[in-house]
Amino acid sequence: MADRSARHPGARAEAVAAWLLALPALLLMWVMLLGPAVAVLLLSFTDWNLGEPEMGWAGIGNYLQLADDPVFWQSLRNTLIYVGVSVPMTVGLGLGAALLVESVGRGRAFYRAAYFLPVASTLLAMALVWEFMFHPTVGFVTQAFRAIGLPTTDWLQNPDTALLALAVIGIWQNLGLAMVLFVAGLQGIPRDLYEALAMDGADGAWERFRRVTWPMLGPALVFVVAIIAIRSFQVFDTVAVLTEGGPNKATEVLLHTMVQEGFRFLRTAYGAAITVVFLVFTLAITVAQTVLLDRRAHYG
Amino acid sequence: MADRLGLLLRHALLLGGAAVMLAPFVLMLSISLKPPGEIFAPEFRLLPLQWAAVENYTAAFTKVPLLRFLLNGFIVTFCIFVAQAVTALPMAYALAKLRWRGRDTAFLLVLAALLVPPQVPAIPLYIALWQLDLLNTYAAIILPSTISVFGIFLMRQFFRTVPDDLIAAARMDGLGEFAIVWRIMLPTAAPALAAFGCLSFIWNWNEFFWPYIAVQDEHLMTPPLGIAFFSNAEAGTNWGALMAAATVTTAPLAIAFLLASRAFVRGVTMTGIK
Repeated sequence: MADRSARHPGARAEAVAAWLLALPALLLMWVMLLGPAVAVLLLSFTDWNLGEPEMGWAGIGNYLQLADDPVFWQSLRNTLIYVGVSVPMTVGLGLGAALLVESVGRGRAFYRAAYFLPVASTLLAMALVWEFMFHPTVGFVTQAFRAIGLPTTDWLQNPDTALLALAVIGIWQNLGLAMVLFVAGLQGIPRDLYEALAMDGADGAWERFRRVTWPMLGPALVFVVAIIAIRSFQVFDTVAVLTEGGPNKATEVLLHTMVQEGFRFLRTAYGAAITVVFLVFTLAITVAQTVLLDRRAHYG
Repeated sequence: MADRLGLLLRHALLLGGAAVMLAPFVLMLSISLKPPGEIFAPEFRLLPLQWAAVENYTAAFTKVPLLRFLLNGFIVTFCIFVAQAVTALPMAYALAKLRWRGRDTAFLLVLAALLVPPQVPAIPLYIALWQLDLLNTYAAIILPSTISVFGIFLMRQFFRTVPDDLIAAARMDGLGEFAIVWRIMLPTAAPALAAFGCLSFIWNWNEFFWPYIAVQDEHLMTPPLGIAFFSNAEAGTNWGALMAAATVTTAPLAIAFLLASRAFVRGVTMTGIK
C-alpha cells in the first residue's frame, strides 16, 4: 500500500493534504477524549483532591479504598441490577414491537413515531412526568395497580421499588431505539429465505420466526443488546433529578457516585478510580459483543 | 378470516403499546393546562374543567428564565454542530478517499475513541477548564462536545460510497483537496449530514450530565438543567407550571422529530447495522 502510494504522482501532496484535513479533528480527539481518558487512569493512581497544591502517587490505594467502601459496592450492585432488569425488558419488548410493526401494512409510520418519540425527547423533563406517573395516590401507575387489585406503594420513596421504578423509565426511553434497530435488521433478511421455507411446507408464523428470523437476526440482536447495555450503564439523569441516590442509597448508581465523590466532595482521584471502573464495564460489553459477532461470522 | 383476526390483534397490541409510550406526553400536556386543585383530583380528566393554561405557562416563563434556557439550548447545540461538522467532514474525507501514511492508525484511534463513553473525560476536562478559569461559561458547555468521533465514523462510511470518478473529475478541473471537501463532498453528503445533524441536536439539547457539572449560573443553563433547577426550586408544589416548562422544553425536539422522523431514524440505523 505504502509502495503504491509512493509511486503515483502527487502522492506527497496528497499525504500532506490528508494530514492537514485530519489534523483539527485528530487534535480535538486527543484533547477532549483520548487524552482525558488516559488522564483519568493516571489520576486514579494518585491521592489528589481538587485545589491541593501537591499531587502524590498512591499506587492502587484508591482501588483498595473502593474495595472497602460499602457505598461503592452498593452503587455497583444497583447499577448491575438496573442493567440486568432494563436490558432484557428493553430488548424483548423492542423485538416484539419490531416484529409486530413489520407484520402490519398500514400505520407503520405512526407506530414508529410513537415508539421512538421517547428516545428523542428530553429525558430530564420526562423524568419529572414519570415522577407524577408514580405518584402514590393519583399516579397512573398506582391507579393501574389498584385497578387490578395489586398492592401499591410510594414507588420512588420505597427502597424496595425505587430502582425498579427508575428501570421502568429507562425501558420506556430506550424501547423505541431497540425497535428501530431491529426493524432495520429485519428488513435486511432476504425474502427468498421465507419463500424457501414455504416451499418446504413450513409456513406458520412460529416456524418462520424460529427457522429464519431468529437465526438471521443474530448479529442485530448482539448489536442491540450491546447498545442498550451501554446506554443503561450510563443511567444518571433520572437518579439525579428524582432520587439523588436515595432512599437510603437504594438508587445509588456508578455515575451518580462518581459525580458525588469527584465533584461534590472534590475527591478527584477517588472519583477518577470510580470512572475507571465504569469504563472497564463499558469496554467489557464491547469486547463481549465483538467476540460474539466474530464467533458467528466464523461458525454461524 | 383467521388472518384478519390476527391482523386486528396485532394492531390492538401495537395500539396498546403506543398508548403506554405516549401516556407521559399526554399527561404532561394535560397537567400543564390544569389549576392545582384539579391536578390531584382522584378521577383523571384529559381536559381541565377550569382552564389554567395561561397561568401555568406564564408562571413557567416568569418564575425561571425559561426563554433564556431555550436560547442557551439553541446557542449551545448550534455551536456544537458547526464545530463537529467542520472538523468531522475533512477528516472523514481524508480517511475515506485519500492515501496517506497513518491513515489506518488514525482510523483505529477513531474506533478507540468511539468506545469511550462521554462521561469518562469529565474529571480531567473539569480540572483543565478550572485552571483556564473557563468553568461557568458557554465555552465550558461547548468545548468538550466540539469533536464527534461518531460523526467522523458516520461521514467516513458515507464518503466511501461516493464514486472515485467524481473526485478524479474534480481534480482534473484543478480543484485542490480542500475545495473538494467543501464544494464536492459537502453537497453530496447533505442527507448524511442532515441525519447526523438531527442526532447531534437531540443529544446536545438533552445532555444533562456535563452541563450539570460545568455550569452553576442560572443564566447559562441549558433546558434540561433549567428544568431540574425549576423542579428543585418548586419542590413539587407547582406541578402545573413545571409541566408547562417541561412541555416547552420538549416541544422543539418533538416538533423537529415529527418533521424529520425519517432522517432521525435513518441516522440511528446508519450507526451500526452496516
